[in-house]
Amino acid sequence: MPIKITDLNYVYSKGTPFQKIALSHVNLEIADGEFWGIIGHTGSGKSTLFSHLNALTRIQSGKIEIDEFTLIGNGGKKPKRKHRPDYKALRARVGMVFQYPEYQLFAETVADDVAFGAKNIGIKGEELNSRVKSAIEMVGLCYDDVHARSPFDLSGGQKRRVALAGVLAMHPKILVLDEPTAGLDPRGKREILDLITKIKETLCPTVIMISHNMNEVAEYCDKIAVMAGGELKLVSTPAELFSQTELLQSLHIEMPGVTALSCELNARGLNVSRSVLTEEQLVEEILRAKGAGI
Amino acid sequence: MIEVKNVKYIYNEGADDEKQALGGVSFSVADGEFVALVGHNGSGKSTLAKLFNGLALPKEGEVLINGMSTADKKKLFDIRKTVGVVFQNPDNQMVASIIEDDVAFGPENIGLPSAEINERVQWALEAVGMEEHRKGTPFRLSGGQKQRLAIAGVLAIKPQIMVLDESTAMLDPVGRDEVMKVIMRLNREEKMTVVMITHFMEEAALADRIIVLNGGLVAGEGKKEIFRNRELIESAGLELPLAARIADALRSRGLSLDENVTLPEELVNALCR
Repeated sequence: MPIKITDLNYVYSKGTPFQKIALSHVNLEIADGEFWGIIGHTGSGKSTLFSHLNALTRIQSGKIEIDEFTLIGNGGKKPKRKHRPDYKALRARVGMVFQYPEYQLFAETVADDVAFGAKNIGIKGEELNSRVKSAIEMVGLCYDDVHARSPFDLSGGQKRRVALAGVLAMHPKILVLDEPTAGLDPRGKREILDLITKIKETLCPTVIMISHNMNEVAEYCDKIAVMAGGELKLVSTPAELFSQTELLQSLHIEMPGVTALSCELNARGLNVSRSVLTEEQLVEEILRAKGAGI
Repeated sequence: MIEVKNVKYIYNEGADDEKQALGGVSFSVADGEFVALVGHNGSGKSTLAKLFNGLALPKEGEVLINGMSTADKKKLFDIRKTVGVVFQNPDNQMVASIIEDDVAFGPENIGLPSAEINERVQWALEAVGMEEHRKGTPFRLSGGQKQRLAIAGVLAIKPQIMVLDESTAMLDPVGRDEVMKVIMRLNREEKMTVVMITHFMEEAALADRIIVLNGGLVAGEGKKEIFRNRELIESAGLELPLAARIADALRSRGLSLDENVTLPEELVNALCR
């Protein structure tokens, strides 16, 4: 079990007038090779939860096990020495791509920027160069074209790819992406999602994607976790979750566009399945129902 | 009224990395209109947003707000009172350490009496669903909550023209829907002019008019029928709204469907007669 979160709690600004409970009794297990979608309102605790995974947010109470690493809360204080894993190794294992990662580029050249994380975990020389090169190529950029350029001269979509390459150069086995498609145009969204699928198949088997886009969660993820008010409300598969209209309403979750369309068609008397998750499925369902009607 | 007249804009002019963002753009937005501005990343949309309230000035051509040129320094205060812009990254738009102060910043600057400021802060925070955070601090908010706050800060000015540059990109769908409803209501009932820069074609299809930018030029404009022009949409790096995509796929498989199908209810009506 590569990721096991047990009774995780987190409070921001504890003991001040701004005290705010961000996570409350979260339990979650994520197996190797799964593609998770994490959904929930703004402020529901999604980002706080996942910034725990590579110890960027110091665990306050509860326990997180990731492969051989164990994080145990010590009431907000620095963890006890025996509960301090090798943070560098942990951060290499869990790659974290934040919201709008292009705002975090800083180096003079694309190659330096991509190399930064890997260098920090002790990779150097030929190994470093080859990792940087393959990470840049993996995100669909041409190494020879971009490596010597300033990252700030690239387009928005390219910058985001460079930021992603910087994480990939650390060879993570778990990739956490916080709204990787936010702010991209439709083509850019599609390209990034296809890229994530490719990364999952070739380099990093476990992917956790925080997203507000129900369409992409329905289409790409195997499992979905729903967060609300700092709690993990439920864990489900896309097909199961999005076919439960009342549950979705009670959780204030929007249906994916295709599922909403299939439900509407169904309500209007066209005999299509109500749990459609992709455009292809919807087209097939409509053709089948129409064919049967003739 | 916004008038954009043959506007050119160039970043880093004269340097090695000189880049033309707008290459001669003209269009106007009438009072009370709801216009969606769409285009691929780098098509010049956000540059336009900065030109609307004089944060950047055209290298050539001019931008007029109710007849006032953004290049006229004496008019800049009036222009900024008229045009409220909510930008993409909310972190750059927080000015105070308490949420209600942050929202009050705009109304204070235009010199409203304090009772009214108070009312507007309450109203704006309610409109974006953030009233419970009124006494909190912006720095502990999530990305989406910060975006809501940035929108409230501009709403509180009650600008005659509101420009939203991808300002709901980090919101959850229900939250985006709520914020959109408030903005649409202000547009319909209080005749607030809205220019919405968006990558969501479903949202764009709801506007009175859609302007498509491609490579710093206006590639096309029109009502939602513009989505019938597949080539235009495709070449601009955009995609059709979902219902139009499904309709296309059904047609290619031999089902005959009205070519105007763009919105979900139109598809449902066409299929369930």
